[in-house]
Amino acid sequence: MTSRGPLKRADLPLAGEVRQPQLELQNVTKRFGGVAAVDGVSLAVGKGEIVGIIGPNGAGKTTLLNCISGVYRLDGGDIRWEGASIAGRAPYRVARLGIGRTFQIVRPFGSMTVRENAAIGALFGSSRARRGPREAFAIADEVLELVGLKEKAAHPVATLTIPDRKRLEVARAVATRPHLLLLDEVMAGLNNVEVDEALVMVRAVHATGVTVVLIEHVMRVIVGICDRAVVLESGRVLAEGEPEVVLRDERVIQAYLGERYAKRLKS
Amino acid sequence: MPSALSPEPLLRVRGLNAGFDAGPVLFGIDLEVAPDELIALVGANGAGKSTLLGVLSGLVRATSGTITFGGEDVTNARPEALVRRGIAHVPQGRRLFGTMSVEKNLLLGAYLRRDREVSDDMTRVLDHFPALKDKLSREAGTLSGGEQQMVAIGRGLMARPKLLMLDELSLGLAPKVVDRLIEVVQQINRGGTALLLVEQDVLVALDVANRAYVLENGRIALSGGAAEVRDDPGVRKAYLGT
Repeated sequence: MTSRGPLKRADLPLAGEVRQPQLELQNVTKRFGGVAAVDGVSLAVGKGEIVGIIGPNGAGKTTLLNCISGVYRLDGGDIRWEGASIAGRAPYRVARLGIGRTFQIVRPFGSMTVRENAAIGALFGSSRARRGPREAFAIADEVLELVGLKEKAAHPVATLTIPDRKRLEVARAVATRPHLLLLDEVMAGLNNVEVDEALVMVRAVHATGVTVVLIEHVMRVIVGICDRAVVLESGRVLAEGEPEVVLRDERVIQAYLGERYAKRLKS
Repeated sequence: MPSALSPEPLLRVRGLNAGFDAGPVLFGIDLEVAPDELIALVGANGAGKSTLLGVLSGLVRATSGTITFGGEDVTNARPEALVRRGIAHVPQGRRLFGTMSVEKNLLLGAYLRRDREVSDDMTRVLDHFPALKDKLSREAGTLSGGEQQMVAIGRGLMARPKLLMLDELSLGLAPKVVDRLIEVVQQINRGGTALLLVEQDVLVALDVANRAYVLENGRIALSGGAAEVRDDPGVRKAYLGT
C-alpha cells in the first residue's frame, strides 16, 4: 500500500456527480438488555469530512463508535463502507478495511518505547500485505512526525504526559493507514492551549486525506475543526448540521450544553 | 498552634519537594487553604498538580518541606491517618469500584468512621445528588460518566472531610453536567468544607474559586485572587488560549 499525500484533485467529487458517502449508517440499533443504547441512528459521512459527535454522557456516542469499528454486533440496521455492508465484521477486519480508531482510555504498551508502540499499529493493523518490522518502523517514524512526537520516539511511554499519550494513541491508529479515523475523546483533560495544539495534529492527519469522525465534550474542538456536528441523545440523533448552528439550537442547549455554557458561547 | 492574632490556615504547605524514582516533580511548593476557601490549582498537564494532591493525601512521599493540617504537622503521614484528620481525595478518572454497588462505593468513603452519623451524611450526599437516589443498588460501572463523578465526590464527602480535593472534575463530562457538579461543589464549600479544585477547564475553575495557584514545571509560578489570576496575561496566553 502506498502512502497517501494531501487530497488530490481526483479525490474530490466532480460537478454533477452523485456523491456516495464513504461511511453510511442506516438505522443502526444496539441494545443492552432492554435498553437501546443506539436507537435507529442514520448518518452519512463523506470522504474528507470532519464530523463531530456530541451529546450527554450515556447518549450512545462510544457505543456508536463501537458499532462502526465492529466491537459490537448490531441488533438492527446496517453500516456501509464505500457502498458495501460491513455489519458483523470483526474489529480487526474493519481496521484492515481502512477504519482506524482510538480508545477513550489509552492503553499503550508500558514497557515499550513511543516508536515501538506506533510500529505496533503499522504491523498489525495493516491491510492485505504483511509488513515487516523495517517497514513498520518507517511508518512509525513518519506518523510520529505527523502527530508531533518525533523528538520523543525513543522515550519509554511511561514518561509521557497525558497530552502526549493521547498523541501516541492517535499515532497508533494512524499507523494502520486508515481512510477514516474514529477519535474517542482524545482531547479530554487538555486545557485550551493543549487543545489547540491537538487540533493542529488532527488537521495534519486530515490533510493526508483521512476522513475524521470524533467524539468530544470540548466545544473548542467542535467549533474549531468540525465541518458538521451530530448531537446524540438517548441513542438517537437530536440535531445535526453546522457546529455554530447546532450549538445555538435550543434543544441542544436544553439536553446537553446547559444555560451557563450557552451564555459563555455567546459572549 | 492556632492563635487569635494570626489564624492558622486549615492547610499549610511550606517548601515542599516531592517526586518519584524517575526524578523530582515538585519544587519548593508554598500553599495555604483556609477552612472556608475554594482554591483552584491550575497548570498544564505534567506540571505536577496530581502529584501535589498525591502528597497531600499521603500517596506520594515528600522529600523535604512541611505540611500542617489543622495546626499539626502531618508531613508524610499515612493516607488513612490523613483521611481521619479530614483530607479526602477524589482522584482523577473517578476510580470507583465498578462492580460494586453505588451504595457500597459511597459507604467505603466512611470506612474509617465509627460515629453514628454516617447515615446522616449518606442522606446529605443524596440531597446533593438526587440522581443517585434510585441507583444505589446499581453497579457503579454501569452509570454514566456524570453519575460516576457524583459517586466519586459523594464517596469523598462520606469521609466527612474538612478539606475535599477534586482532581479533574470535568474530565469527559458534558458541559451541562459540569455546570451541575460545579454548583454542588459551591454548595459543599458554602456548607463549610474547604475545597482544592484541580481543573483543566481553567475558566470554570477560576469562575468559582476564591483564590488560585498556578503550577508550572513543579513550581508555583503565580498565586492570587481568582479574578486576578484569570486576568493575568501570562495565564491567558498559557491556559486560556485567548
